[in-house]
Amino acid sequence: MATAETSRLGGPRNRGAALGGGVPLVWVLLLAAAAGLLVGSLRSAFFAQLTIEGLAIGAVYGSLALALVLVYRATHVINFAQGELAMATTYVAYQLIQWGLSYWEAFFATLAVAMVLGTVLEVALIRPVLHRSVIATVIVTVGLFILIDGVVNWIWGGDFKPMPSPFGTKVYDVGGVAIPKLYFGMLFVVLVSAALVWVLFRFTKLGLGMRAAALRPAAAALVGVRVDRMLAIGWGLAAVLGAVAGLMAEPSQLFLSPTLMQQILVYAFAAAVLGGLESPFGAVVGGLMIGVFLNLMVGYASTISSDLHLPFAISAELQLPFAFALLLLILLVKPTGLFGHREVRRV
Amino acid sequence: MSRLPALATLLAVAGVVVALPFLLSDYNISLAAQVGIFFIAVLGLNILTGYAGQISIGHGAFMAIGGYTTAVMSRDHHTNLVVTMLMAFVICFLLGLILGLPALRLSGVYLALLTFALAVSIPILPLQYTTFLGGTGGVQSSTTVSNTWVYGAAWAASAVLFVLAWLILRGRVGRAFRAVRDSEIAAVASGIELPVYKTLAFGISAAYAGVAGSLFVLAANGFAAPSEFTVELSLLLLVGAAIAGLGSLWGILVGAAFVGLLPQVSSSVPVIGTGHGRDVVFGAAVILVMLLLPDGFAGLLARLRRLARA
Repeated sequence: MATAETSRLGGPRNRGAALGGGVPLVWVLLLAAAAGLLVGSLRSAFFAQLTIEGLAIGAVYGSLALALVLVYRATHVINFAQGELAMATTYVAYQLIQWGLSYWEAFFATLAVAMVLGTVLEVALIRPVLHRSVIATVIVTVGLFILIDGVVNWIWGGDFKPMPSPFGTKVYDVGGVAIPKLYFGMLFVVLVSAALVWVLFRFTKLGLGMRAAALRPAAAALVGVRVDRMLAIGWGLAAVLGAVAGLMAEPSQLFLSPTLMQQILVYAFAAAVLGGLESPFGAVVGGLMIGVFLNLMVGYASTISSDLHLPFAISAELQLPFAFALLLLILLVKPTGLFGHREVRRV
Repeated sequence: MSRLPALATLLAVAGVVVALPFLLSDYNISLAAQVGIFFIAVLGLNILTGYAGQISIGHGAFMAIGGYTTAVMSRDHHTNLVVTMLMAFVICFLLGLILGLPALRLSGVYLALLTFALAVSIPILPLQYTTFLGGTGGVQSSTTVSNTWVYGAAWAASAVLFVLAWLILRGRVGRAFRAVRDSEIAAVASGIELPVYKTLAFGISAAYAGVAGSLFVLAANGFAAPSEFTVELSLLLLVGAAIAGLGSLWGILVGAAFVGLLPQVSSSVPVIGTGHGRDVVFGAAVILVMLLLPDGFAGLLARLRRLARA
């Protein structure tokens, strides 16, 4: 994106304007959206239900989007295998539970496995091609996508696997709106893990090193940051967040199957781009927004198409093409997303 | 490659292609036809990704559009199948130009994201518009053709499109593509119209994918269904192009043979055995090729030639 944009846009002045005028506007829009959702939820129980369900599913998108953003910040590539990696680690959790661990023991053991897996993949497969070109790196992650898919199908088979529900099947009744405990659990787990990542980046020396390595690799290396190691840890952390996404996505789909994350990956792409692709906070917000938006669309699809007398029907199946259209729209109208910065490059 | 050996190689390949149907069994002819179909698709993707430097993980979507064009036209209007292939070419060319428009503002990872989302989205449409596109049950063309017919059509189309690609790439347009790939800014500074050449590259490669998709459906007894055009198909095309070697026409036969034949061969892979052996072998192969042979089979050829000369 950088090169095409750069030629058309001016230098620092433009960037200053975007920072000065753009960010508050984003906040105003977000607050307005939140207020709209709140008003709608107070007026209609159906709307409230859809919104909360959307937030819970959106948290999963946000978590996977956060993983994509961490990888993008560390190595400036998109890991197309991120979703499959998350799916594979969910199978690891499934296997651990089969071996007799409790759900939460398996949960944390899986996060550790994901950390190791992500780090090893970066060192073994990504690092050798990273300097070559974006296309080469993307192709390697595509190969990884196919490989992980094949390996999981080979070990566990393609059939549906039942997993115990982490939060039970309890349903709360909030002012006439029925909300499963599961949704609160999903939101809680994802937001806590996102907050932990933020704390890591903001308040620890390791996080400082990782930010330095991502921002200015050469300068970071000069002041003693082990850039290679930081990038590998970045991939590991991304795999952990992916695992969280996979584990939280599974109960909402009732069963575990090898296609668990394929659609979610597209929504996570849209979420990451909406957030600006390099902003971790934006990724989570983008995920929540996409989740709520798509869920409301699906919930009201039949009403909308019959009320407006559209020549074609809108249905739940169009969710994916809709996400594609949304992605296209964001990329065309505002490629830097809500919280991204325009990259300015000297020629 | 210098003129004479290059021409000799091409003639030898052409001779083998012509001779094969007389030597092979019907089943093996269908496999060879698959290779021809993937030859066209990988060739098209290579023009876009290898020469013009624009990545696409969504070319399976254009194969789907081409395939559905053939099936629907044959079902509703009994159109001649060769004519439907031409229609697939034109329709996909136009749609490719349209996809090229957002690509003007995007590059690298953003383009990869967008085309991937396209590949995931397109197979959903038939599920939605069931009367026109047949839903899960798919669309059946009114006429079906033999394996030998598909073989002949696929390789004839391959030959025509290969020559066309060669003509396009050797001249002004090809130079412009390569300039865009190597540095957009330098290309613009040299007077190359970026919008024209970027959209053109998308159009041409989508048209190739459309013809391949049309043949792909004919090879499946004229039956087009959403389950045939999954994301994996798009990924396979990229795998084929990577194995062939981006930015060269010499490895495409190898890339196409790899993608076209492996599914049949890998059902008998030791240990892994089942249908998923294919994915394991595919994935491992593409990663190994990217790590060990950065320029694919074409790069290997070039390296061998340099060795032979030294």
